[in-house]
Amino acid sequence: MGDNIWQNPVVWGLGGIYGLLVVAALVVCGLCKSYPERNYSELIDRTRTWAVIITMVAIVTVMGTGAAVLFFGFISFLAFKEFLSIIPTRQSDRRVLFFAYLVIPIQYWFVYDVWYGMFSIFIPVYAFVVLAFLHLLTGETKGFIKAAGTLQWGLALTVYNLSHIAYLLVLPLKDPVVAGGAGLMLFMLFLTQFNDVAQYVWGKMAGRRRIIPSVSPNKTWEGFIGGVITTTLMAGFLASYLTPFSMIHGFVAGAVIAILGFIGDITVSAVKRDLGIKDSGKSLPGHGGYLDRLDSLTLVAPVFLHFTRYFYG
Amino acid sequence: MGNCKRYVQVAFFLLIIRPVLMIILGLRVLGRENLPCHGPAIVIANHNSHLDTLVLMSLFRLSDLHRVRPVAAADYFLRTPLASWLSHTLINIIPIVRTGDSEDDPLCPVYEALKRDEIIIFFPEGSRGVPEKILPFRRGIGRLVQSCPAVEVFPVFMHGLGKALPKGDPLLVPFFCDIIIGKAVDKTSYQDTDFTMKLEQQVKGLAADHVFPGWE
Repeated sequence: MGDNIWQNPVVWGLGGIYGLLVVAALVVCGLCKSYPERNYSELIDRTRTWAVIITMVAIVTVMGTGAAVLFFGFISFLAFKEFLSIIPTRQSDRRVLFFAYLVIPIQYWFVYDVWYGMFSIFIPVYAFVVLAFLHLLTGETKGFIKAAGTLQWGLALTVYNLSHIAYLLVLPLKDPVVAGGAGLMLFMLFLTQFNDVAQYVWGKMAGRRRIIPSVSPNKTWEGFIGGVITTTLMAGFLASYLTPFSMIHGFVAGAVIAILGFIGDITVSAVKRDLGIKDSGKSLPGHGGYLDRLDSLTLVAPVFLHFTRYFYG
Repeated sequence: MGNCKRYVQVAFFLLIIRPVLMIILGLRVLGRENLPCHGPAIVIANHNSHLDTLVLMSLFRLSDLHRVRPVAAADYFLRTPLASWLSHTLINIIPIVRTGDSEDDPLCPVYEALKRDEIIIFFPEGSRGVPEKILPFRRGIGRLVQSCPAVEVFPVFMHGLGKALPKGDPLLVPFFCDIIIGKAVDKTSYQDTDFTMKLEQQVKGLAADHVFPGWE
């Protein structure tokens, strides 16, 4: 953060997010007062959890790269652990799973070290080879492809993809802006969550035609398109403050976030359907598990980073 | 329990066990409010891992910890001086003899502990067995519960600890673990002969509404 923090749009951005949180809390309070007979406990839990998430993100944003790398590394650990806890695993693979956990600190070290080459190939190339080799060293070939495949999938989703959030903070930019990497991260995190809400609200208000009811019965074309348009406009507005993007690129980034957020959301839904569970966990009251909250981000983060790096890195 | 020993145990749980369980594993506890806060009481749970005892103990308030007594096999937990010291000081076990060739009831020390209003942790399967599978309960628990009608029994179901640290493998692999604590068992309808079976059903019944991925 610069010398005068009030000139940093990130501070204003965080203030704005807190403003929205206060509005949301007031709305929930109002609902509870107006309809005392209805049960709003899940909404209250959800808003409370939001307050905790926003505060943690605000703290690591202000503290800088080291804290953010540790924080998102820990988030990856929690999400990966949750993934391994919901998928079927083989007892003979316990050692492989143990080594898979060690991928997390190594991957996040490459972020801290700003070693983009290793950051981008370590999991798909090296972790792939080593973990597949460890799998076969167990000598258990029955279920090999399922075990190796699900493990790689979990690592890709929860470690490789999520580590791209942290990489935004260290990404060198051709023409640095005041908001810096923190601005880019905040832009992406906020718009991803904003898009979730926008798609939900549009779906509730105008949703009629379902997109893929067997995976996610509440997702409609009206909700999706309404969300994409709202998020795209919001992104165009925020881009000039938080990112080095031109107006056009701001719009494109918004559309990219909205579309990938949607795909990430239904991808995790499909995983949960396959496993016969409703939520990935219960660690975040009112939201479900970590993967339930991170679902959109798992696909948004890597594509947003590559978009930014291609045009401005 | 001496004061010094008590502080050592509290420090062990506060500084080592609780942080490890919270950060490395992650416990998801349902029905924590059902846990008894004073004795005499018996907590029965399925058994898959050495972590089971530590997890159950970590759920109690630190000020109640010295009253919590896990029942454990003397032949295993007292086999070396170090294991014996750890088991007595940190876990505060009630050692019982499994061999069964003595005249006395091996559960005698448990009755004594209940008389002192202690909270007993009992694993009725008698062994950690196969990970994530519940073995048939041994009949000792039925006799114990039947002969102490005034003592409340709390069923607990645990999942995941047998994946994190199963029998025969010292490597700890992180998994989220679920702990479901039931309300005190209503024993009024139990017949003389079916206590053990009914208690087993109580523990298994806690898992009924949940999906728990085991080992493939």
